[in-house]
Amino acid sequence: MSALFSLKRGLARASGGLSRISGRGGGTTLPGRLLVGMAPDAIERLAQDLDRGSIVVSSTNGKTTTAGMIAGVLAAAGRHPVHNRAGSNMHWGVATALLEQVGDEGLFELDEAWLPRVAPQLRPRLLVLGNLFRDQLDRYGELEHLADEWADLVESLATTAPAPDSAGSAPDGVGFALCADDPLVADLGRDAELRRRPGVTYFGIEDASQALPELQHAHDAKHCRRCGAAYRYDRAFVGHLGHYSCPSCDAGRPVADVAATRVELRGMAGSQLLVDTPEGELGLELPLPGLYNVYNALAAITAGLRSGVPLETIGAGLESTRAVFGRVETIEVAGKPVSILLIKNPAGANEVLRTLRLEREGPGEGLDIWIALNDRIADGRDVSWIWDADFELLADGVRRVVCSGSRAAEMALRLKYAGWPRDRIEVSDRIAASLDDAVTAAPGRLFALPTYTALLELRRLLSDRGLAAEYWD
Amino acid sequence: MRTDLELRLLALYPEQMNIYADRGNIIFLQRRCEWRGIGFSYAAAGPGEGFDPGEHDLVYIGGGQDRDQVLVAEDMLRSKGAAIDSAIEDGAALLAVCGGYQLLGHSYQLGERSIQGLGVADLETVRGEGERLIGNIAIEADLRPGPDDAEALVLSGFENHGGRTHLGAGATPLGRVVHGHGNNGRDGLEGVRRLNMIGTYMHGPLLPKNAPLADLLIARALERRSGSEVALEPLEDDLERLSHQAALRAAGGG
Repeated sequence: MSALFSLKRGLARASGGLSRISGRGGGTTLPGRLLVGMAPDAIERLAQDLDRGSIVVSSTNGKTTTAGMIAGVLAAAGRHPVHNRAGSNMHWGVATALLEQVGDEGLFELDEAWLPRVAPQLRPRLLVLGNLFRDQLDRYGELEHLADEWADLVESLATTAPAPDSAGSAPDGVGFALCADDPLVADLGRDAELRRRPGVTYFGIEDASQALPELQHAHDAKHCRRCGAAYRYDRAFVGHLGHYSCPSCDAGRPVADVAATRVELRGMAGSQLLVDTPEGELGLELPLPGLYNVYNALAAITAGLRSGVPLETIGAGLESTRAVFGRVETIEVAGKPVSILLIKNPAGANEVLRTLRLEREGPGEGLDIWIALNDRIADGRDVSWIWDADFELLADGVRRVVCSGSRAAEMALRLKYAGWPRDRIEVSDRIAASLDDAVTAAPGRLFALPTYTALLELRRLLSDRGLAAEYWD
Repeated sequence: MRTDLELRLLALYPEQMNIYADRGNIIFLQRRCEWRGIGFSYAAAGPGEGFDPGEHDLVYIGGGQDRDQVLVAEDMLRSKGAAIDSAIEDGAALLAVCGGYQLLGHSYQLGERSIQGLGVADLETVRGEGERLIGNIAIEADLRPGPDDAEALVLSGFENHGGRTHLGAGATPLGRVVHGHGNNGRDGLEGVRRLNMIGTYMHGPLLPKNAPLADLLIARALERRSGSEVALEPLEDDLERLSHQAALRAAGGG
């Protein structure tokens, strides 16, 4: 390593400590920002130290949780990778993790748009790709364009030099853990002749009882990527994730190697799973709710197996997984439980609404909900996505809702047109005041549904009150 | 309350052209009819399907990804071109947003490829080499069909388009850009308007942010059906006004 690079690295590293001392929390990416500014090739140079290579995770929905689950699985096996666990998934977040942590392997979640540029620099040994949904069109552009970029990445990784050895069953090249149920992702695992690429492991859900009654409106993969024909769906589980086939070519859903054969959802309490894997069957009490977390767990199981972790250890790691902040965490505020569920795009929001629908079943006058809709760059400036999410699902299930954030009024408007009674909808722009109002009025649990930057504001607020200090890195 | 009235809406290619939450525009129209006791019927025409222009008074087409838009363009010209033209000439209301707007024109030049449009509006679109035109937008629209009863209505929304649209000499814009890019980011014009047809790059979705425009389309469609002037009953529009104002503020317009 050159003396100049060492100096830059030292300067950048020091900035992290300064940032924290000055009390400016959230400075988790400052060192990385400084370093990649001074040395654009920093990530590649730092990643050279990762002798066992990296696991790289990306998807529209669930990448932070999936990476968190994989970290839990590896931790259960006594392995502690360099991991950008603060959810900062652009290149400076990765650089910060590489600067501040030491380890012989990496675990990185990457933003969908950054993935093609950053992944090749991280000595990837396994690429874990979950799903691609309509999300922030103003930032990511069209979904098919993103899918094309991912395809180029997989093509180039699949045909380049072998990856570093992982423990146990090391593939000769880069491995891929792909969701069989997302046509946009599954197709990445096949070459031009539709043959499965070496090193590909598919995961998916087999339990037909979890299928949606009909395809949801926010449905993003209608045409076969190979021939353009409309896919035929036997069932869909989450958005366009499901069992599909192409009527005119063979590019249908591949067989899932890691498959959830039985799924029982238990609302906010989580789910019970039976998972078939090449190493045997795994029964699992997953402490996180919703089918989307079943997909995240399947991805983590696949990554664990591909990293040589025994099946029982994988199970133990997943069962002890805690929610990532803002992804179904419950925090007590003024003596009442506040369950926080991030919403950020139609597919993700729909799953949150389905989970709340399960909570609604049973006696009571309905749920108390706080929704904060912001339109900053990290949320997407374009808030039209709320009209693609199925808020209609809860029209008859709400006791009181408080809408907050920079586009609070439009959130309230969406709910009114989704059939929520107008006299149960409040509008209050300010995050802190509206949260207190919602908590005070709630007879019991409050469900808090913030968009990404509203979640950051909420985190700051709760941290200032000493309620969520453990989430500061 | 006129319970004999019915809004007969036709959505063109709702499965293909829905990228910017176009469903929001439809939900908005539907509810506003229901709350007034006006009937609402919804029909869709997808690939290969024609329609009877006399059976629908408000036609809607939204935006799509490039690939869907190319498929739709060819199919629409073949299976629906004549019906759309006849509906517009006969006074039906038509709202085309983003990709749907581009297809109203003569052609859409996408790189090497030229897509033929419906030609019901005198305009052409070219996918420029430059950046996509993205952001909140506010325009001042002149929405009355005749020049005598012109009335400026401020509309707010969100635009996200790679294509640059240029109006021909015979075309009337929907409005003038106050904040944002509009048709091409240069001439300060946004959208197109002819008879009761409106084409625009503004989504967000457009109608929930601009309730008066939604009501104007409903009224025009009902008038075409009933043959007499329709005055809509006002609704409690507090959230509608707040949403409009928030969108205007986001566009930098106050």
